Amino acid sequence: MRLEARILIFIGIFFAIIGVIYWYLSYEDSGTVMLAAAAILGLLPGGYYLWWSRHMKPRPSDDPEASIGEGSGTVGTFPGSSIWPFVMGMGAFFVGLSFVFGIWFVPVAAGLLIGAMIGATVESRRGGEV
Amino acid sequence: MTTLVERPDLTSPDGPRRPDEPVEVDQHHPHHEGPTGLLKWLTSTDHKVIGLSYMITSLVLFFIAGVMALIIRGQLMDPHGTLVSFQTYNELFTMHGSLMLYLFAGPFAFGGLANYVVPLQIGAPDMAFPRLNALSYWLYLSGSITMLLGFFVAGGAADFGWVAYAPLSEAVNSPGAGADLWIVALALTGFSAIFTGVNLVATIFYLRAPGMTMFRMPIFTWNMLVTAILILIAFPVLFAALLLLFCDRHFGTHIFTVQGGGVPVLWQNLFWFFGHPEVYILALPFFGVVTDVIPVFSRKPVFGYRGMVFATMTIAALSTGVWAHHMFTTGVVLLPFFSAMSYAIAVPTGIKFFNWIGTMWRGQITFRTPMLFSVGFMLVFLFGGVTGVLLASPPVDFMVHDTYFVVAHFHQVLVATTVFAGFAGFYFWYPKMFGRMLREGLGKLHFWFLFIGFWVTYMPQYVLGLWGMPRRVASYPATAGWTTLNVVSSIGAFIIGFSFLFFLINVFVSWRKPVPAGSNPWDGHGLEWFTSSPPPHHNYTHLPPVRSERPTWDYNHPEHRTLVTHEGPGSGSGPGEGAPAGAEPVGAR
Amino acid sequence: MAVGAPLLLAGCNAYPSYFASSGATTQGHDTFKLWSGMMTTGLIIGGIVVLLILWAVFRYRRKSDAMPRQFHEHVGIELLYTIVPIIIVAFLFVFTVLTENEVDATVPLAATTTASGKPVVDITVTAFQWGWRFDYPHLDVGVVGELKNGPDHHGPQMVVPVGETVQITLLSADVVHGFYVRDFDFSRYALPGVTNIFDLHVKHAGTYFGQCTQFCGLYHSEMFFSVKAESPAAFHSWVATEVRDGHVLGPTGNPATNIPPKSSPLQPSNNAPKS
Repeated sequence: MRLEARILIFIGIFFAIIGVIYWYLSYEDSGTVMLAAAAILGLLPGGYYLWWSRHMKPRPSDDPEASIGEGSGTVGTFPGSSIWPFVMGMGAFFVGLSFVFGIWFVPVAAGLLIGAMIGATVESRRGGEV
Repeated sequence: MTTLVERPDLTSPDGPRRPDEPVEVDQHHPHHEGPTGLLKWLTSTDHKVIGLSYMITSLVLFFIAGVMALIIRGQLMDPHGTLVSFQTYNELFTMHGSLMLYLFAGPFAFGGLANYVVPLQIGAPDMAFPRLNALSYWLYLSGSITMLLGFFVAGGAADFGWVAYAPLSEAVNSPGAGADLWIVALALTGFSAIFTGVNLVATIFYLRAPGMTMFRMPIFTWNMLVTAILILIAFPVLFAALLLLFCDRHFGTHIFTVQGGGVPVLWQNLFWFFGHPEVYILALPFFGVVTDVIPVFSRKPVFGYRGMVFATMTIAALSTGVWAHHMFTTGVVLLPFFSAMSYAIAVPTGIKFFNWIGTMWRGQITFRTPMLFSVGFMLVFLFGGVTGVLLASPPVDFMVHDTYFVVAHFHQVLVATTVFAGFAGFYFWYPKMFGRMLREGLGKLHFWFLFIGFWVTYMPQYVLGLWGMPRRVASYPATAGWTTLNVVSSIGAFIIGFSFLFFLINVFVSWRKPVPAGSNPWDGHGLEWFTSSPPPHHNYTHLPPVRSERPTWDYNHPEHRTLVTHEGPGSGSGPGEGAPAGAEPVGAR
Repeated sequence: MAVGAPLLLAGCNAYPSYFASSGATTQGHDTFKLWSGMMTTGLIIGGIVVLLILWAVFRYRRKSDAMPRQFHEHVGIELLYTIVPIIIVAFLFVFTVLTENEVDATVPLAATTTASGKPVVDITVTAFQWGWRFDYPHLDVGVVGELKNGPDHHGPQMVVPVGETVQITLLSADVVHGFYVRDFDFSRYALPGVTNIFDLHVKHAGTYFGQCTQFCGLYHSEMFFSVKAESPAAFHSWVATEVRDGHVLGPTGNPATNIPPKSSPLQPSNNAPKS
């Protein structure tokens, strides 16, 4: 975990340095803001990972000597199949179209999106086919 | 249905298995079946099905955009070409660029290849967020349809180039629904890319197999990790820019218009802050493909693994600091800063080149189709890279900016990566995806027609650019003397178009008369070659111990393992230190 | 260094052109020299790499089933091909900055025509959809040209004196355009809201064709202009003729605000818009 954290922190520090140099040389706003945001993008999750890496047990995937058996146990919860991403995608599609063709797409889009959110939540809670 | 995936604590009860043995799909997985037919494609959250959906969709869009390119080249065969009107021409080159860059190259890489291959390469059962992954695909498909809808609305599709420079893209200059559809399409596909980026980072950070440390991941996975981080840096900026543009067009703001006190050049800053990382988002995955293909067909480990990883990270980091080299001729950017950063990017790219050569050095190279495409990639990309270094120099950029020189340069770079290396990856992993081989002869015909057509198309364009032909023109003076080279370039384009017939025939033949591939047809290195072809649901029933970046090779060639591991002393897996233990079962209840 | 050699041979005609114009202006010629040197360097390095690739490809084709040695790193060589490119790139950067300073240098406008070494003619170039306007604010001459003669017309003409520095102020009235003259080896965006100033010092008399390079809408393909460079005497007699013929400046003030309206009659070529 520590290496992952270091990669992100490296990104953050790099953009912080570049951002400072760029601001000092150009006094240009938009680029500096974007570089600062990129620095935050690295530092925020990087800092979180670093904190977390100190509070967690070492993982077998970070251990060069780990055997496959060490990774036994629950890996995670993976849905086998689900219709809700499709419904949500279509909802987003209609939201997009409403920006171009007018607001009569909005009710359809809202119906699809709300339905998909409820469906996906129920699916997750029941842990089975909905 | 939700499945709890577990790795049982078993230690190899049935002794070492050869990976060539047919892998039994664990029958304790009743949900493997799931819906079939159309419903399978609509509901699947399996990264392999989604990856295939991505690849098929992006290839269809690639062929549509390719036909547009052929129409464009047809128009330019005659100085006053009348194949299409100016308006249609402008729509065609805009959509050609938009489809190729936003909807083919990126999604093919991080939606298609990466989605399919990365979980396999790190020994994961699926992507970290399978339903988010499916949502990414549906957003991508919606975006693609939205963009193509532009051709069917009054006023036609967007016609301001794929960079959409404000204020040309403002409502005054580009009224009509086509431009709005273009904006919405990019917003949808942009979110799709962001979700895929999140998914890839989470998958690579959290779902690696035991022993698969960061510095044992295949370079393709490394490059996808870096690409995913770049996506997270770049695409939100694109979305912000699109939102501002949409506000300008419809809500009366004046962010990019002078009349209302706005700043048109702000669009270019925002766009290229996305746009240049985007170029590397398109390139890095394909560098990774080539880095995975070359060692396999040279029967050697990749040369300079660590250098490769650091080169990738350096390219990515620098790529976010070079955006304004697209804006040298605006006269309002800091020339030396961006010039220096752009030059600097040449160094890690050069390192990659020498590492590829070092990998082939003293190897035993077999020229199967993926290797042929990879070598073609190196030769083509090299020339694009050299001209790219020239363009990092502001005075030289002043000289050739917005001419066909630049067109030739970026086509050379992007076709090298997305087409040559992209198809290297496709030919390479096709046996894994479908369990059947593509024909070598047809693949080689595809390569040679593509390779020859490529040089015939783009070398004349360099000269045309130096002779002063601007890009994005639908006609040119007959007296300019550009006609002959344009005809040559068009002929080359038709040869490229022709080469893809061999590809389609190849896929058709392999569909009608399958040649079974087995799990490991190339004697591959990565974990993906350990499982069956195509892999079962949740990918693995057994995994070999991971002691270097090529566990399958180590397992198959215990006497020829990687000489040095990347873990330094103490990792206890030096040369000849005993055969690897048997593959251990992995998998689910 | 490979780039240094040709650059040090300045004046010895040691510059292969590689299809580029050798530059009709002093600024353009500087750019051309940089181009030529960099291109030579690039071809040499690229050639070496191509040879390495081809050597590896042909020399190490699979000949037997013998397993190659599984080596995978060599720190010395890796350092070598990291450091050498850095040095090459640093050299290129230095030459770039030197040339850039030459090309981008602008001299304040001379107060009188007798001051030596300073630009004596200044021209305000305004790009608009789809044409060009050349105003000579200190000479009270204005030339406007727009799309009218079909694809083979050459657009309006900007007349400049040979052997003198001309200062161009580049503006745009609507969208982003590109001011580009191939023989000057130079281009610059005409950006709305931005005033771009640069100097041109044309060395040889002649007519040079230019064109808009930044895509600017429907008739971008036909947004031509030309630059006619003639002796100062001929230039001043041209100015006198223009003034006599009434081709004078429009209302004074910001030239960006007195460009022709968009509704001015266009006579487009046979390629009419589709709707």
